[in-house]
Amino acid sequence: MKTASAPKFYETKKFKEKVKQTIVFTVLLAGSVLILSPLWWMISTSLKSPAEIAQYPPAFIPSEFHFSNYVEAWKTAPFTRWAMNTFFIAFFGMVGSVLVNSLVAYAFAKIRFKGRNSLFMVVLSTMLIPGFVTMVPQYILFSKLGWVNTYLPLIVPAFLGSAFFIFLLRQFMMTIPNELIEAAVLDGANHLQIWWHIMLPLTKPALITVAIFSFNGAWNDLLGPLLYLNDESLYTLQIGLQTFKGTVQTQWHYLMAMSVMVLLPVVLLFFFFQKHFIEGSNIASGTKG
Amino acid sequence: MKSYDTTIARRGTDIAGEKEKKKTAGKRLSRQTRENIFGYLFISPWIIGFLGLTLGPLLFSLFASFTDYNITSKMNFIGLDNFKRMFTIDDLFKTSLWNTLYYVLFSVPLTTAGAIFLSVLLNQKIKGMKFFRTLYYLPAILSGVAVYFLWMQLLSPSTGLVNTFLGWFGIEGPAWLFDPEWTKPALLLMKMWSVGGGMLLYLASLQGVSSSMYEAAELDGAGAMQKFFYITLPMISPIIFFDVLTSTIGSFQIFQEAYVMTENGSGGPGNSLLFYNLHMWNNAFEVFDMGYASAMAWLLFIVVMILTVINMKLGKKWVHYEGGDNK
Repeated sequence: MKTASAPKFYETKKFKEKVKQTIVFTVLLAGSVLILSPLWWMISTSLKSPAEIAQYPPAFIPSEFHFSNYVEAWKTAPFTRWAMNTFFIAFFGMVGSVLVNSLVAYAFAKIRFKGRNSLFMVVLSTMLIPGFVTMVPQYILFSKLGWVNTYLPLIVPAFLGSAFFIFLLRQFMMTIPNELIEAAVLDGANHLQIWWHIMLPLTKPALITVAIFSFNGAWNDLLGPLLYLNDESLYTLQIGLQTFKGTVQTQWHYLMAMSVMVLLPVVLLFFFFQKHFIEGSNIASGTKG
Repeated sequence: MKSYDTTIARRGTDIAGEKEKKKTAGKRLSRQTRENIFGYLFISPWIIGFLGLTLGPLLFSLFASFTDYNITSKMNFIGLDNFKRMFTIDDLFKTSLWNTLYYVLFSVPLTTAGAIFLSVLLNQKIKGMKFFRTLYYLPAILSGVAVYFLWMQLLSPSTGLVNTFLGWFGIEGPAWLFDPEWTKPALLLMKMWSVGGGMLLYLASLQGVSSSMYEAAELDGAGAMQKFFYITLPMISPIIFFDVLTSTIGSFQIFQEAYVMTENGSGGPGNSLLFYNLHMWNNAFEVFDMGYASAMAWLLFIVVMILTVINMKLGKKWVHYEGGDNK
C-alpha cells in the first residue's frame, strides 16, 4: 500500500489489487447466478401450471403462482407417513453415530491399548473399500436374519461405527491435552466416566458435525431403502419420491413441488449449522494427506 | 504432531504410573491391562461392524464369486466361469465398464480442477466472501432423488433451462439424457454444479499457506501464475492427493443418479448410462444372480485397489510434505 517513489496510479500495488478484486468479484457473481439458477428454476417450475411448463420459450417467472401444486402433490401419495419414516430412521442413525463413533474414537485417541495403531490403520483402510463390494453379501446376511422390510438394516449399521466419523472425531480428540485425561485418572475416574464427563462436552462441535452429516446422509439415502424396504408404508422420502414419479409421470409441477419439500429440511439444516458443515471439512483437511 | 503427542502422553503415564505404584501396588489390575480392557471394550462396536459388515461379507463374496449362488439354490462351485462370462458372453459388462471408466476419467480431473479454481477465487479478500462461500457450498449438501429430478427438468431438450441458456448464445443444445452421446456429459454437468463440496477442503488448506512465502516470491519478481504453480499447488498437494484418491473411489461407485435418471435402472438410451454398479445391481437384485454379482464386486474391488496403489505410488512423486511430515 505504500507509494514510495510515487509511480503512476495504475502502477501502484493498491490499484492492481483493486483491479484483481473487481475481476474476482465479477467472476464469483456470475458463478453465483449459475449456481442459484437451477434452484430458482425448481421453485419456479413448482409454481407453474402444466400448460405454462410446456410453453416455449419457458417463462422465468410463473404468470400465476399455483401454490395449490404443493397441496395437491402432497395429497397424491402418503408423503406425511414417508416424512415421518425418514425422520425416524435418520434420528436413530444420528444417535447411534454420535454415541458409538465418539466412544470408538476416544479409544483410538486416548486409551493406550495394545494393537491400537495397527487397528487404526485397519479403520482407515476400510475407507478405501467401495461400498458396493460388500453390498450383495450384506443383503444376504440381513435377509437371512429376517431384517428385510424392516428399518434394522438402515439403523443398526450406524451403531457399529463408521470409519470416516471415527477418523474425524479421533482427529478432533487428538487436539485435547492428555493431561486432562491423566488428571481425571488420578482422581480415580475410569475411561467411561472420562468419555462421558470430559470428552463429550469438549468435543461438542465435532459431535454436532457428525450428527449433521449422519442425518443428512440418512435423509438423502436412496440405496438402502431401495434394497431393504418393500412395503409402501415403510418407504422413506427418497424412495417415495422415486415411486411418486411413476404415479404422476411427467407432471413436472408436482415433481418439482415435492422435490422442493424434500430438499427444504436439508437446506434449513445447512443454514442453521453452516459453521459445523465447514468445520467437518476443516478437521478432515487439516490432518489428511 | 505425533512426537509432541507421545511426549506428553509419556510424561502423563510416568506421573500416573508412580502414583499408582504407591497407591495400589498389585491390588488391582495393572494399568496396562485396564487400558487394554477399556480400549477393546470401547472399540468393540467397530470390531463387530468390521467383522460382520466388511470383512465377513468380503470373504463371503469372494467365495460366492466362484459359485452360481442365487439365494434360493445351493451354491454350486463353478470355478472361474463367472469371470469368464464377464469377458466373453456378457456384452453389457464391457459396456458398463467402459461407461464407468469414461465417467471416472472425466469427473475426477474436472471436479478436482474446478474445486481448486473455486477455492483460489474464494480465498481472496473481497466483500461478501462469506456469502459467496456459503452459496457455492450449498449444492454440495443437496443430493438424492430431488436433485436428479431437478436436473432431468433442467436438461429437458426443448423447455429446459440449460438449452434455453445455450439458445441465447445461438447454440442449439443437445438432447442430453435422450441422446446416448450426451448422457454422460449431462451427468458430469450435474456433478460440476456441486463442485463446491471439494472447494471447502482446499480452502482450509489454502488458508494454512503462509503469506510470507508469497511475499518472498513477489520480491523475486514472480507473477501470479508462477506463484500458483510453484507455491500454491505444492503447498496444497497433500489435499489434492487425498481428493483424487477418494473421488476416484467415489466415482467408480456412481449408481443413484443413473438409477433414477434412467427409469429404474434401465441404463438409458443405448445403455449409455449403464454403469458398472448398475449392471451389478441388476444382476444381483433383478435376476438374483448373486454369484455373478459377487464376481463383479470382487473385480471392482481389485481394480479400485490397483488404482489406489498406483495413486499412492505416484503420489510419492508429486505430493509435497512440509518438513517431510504430514503437517
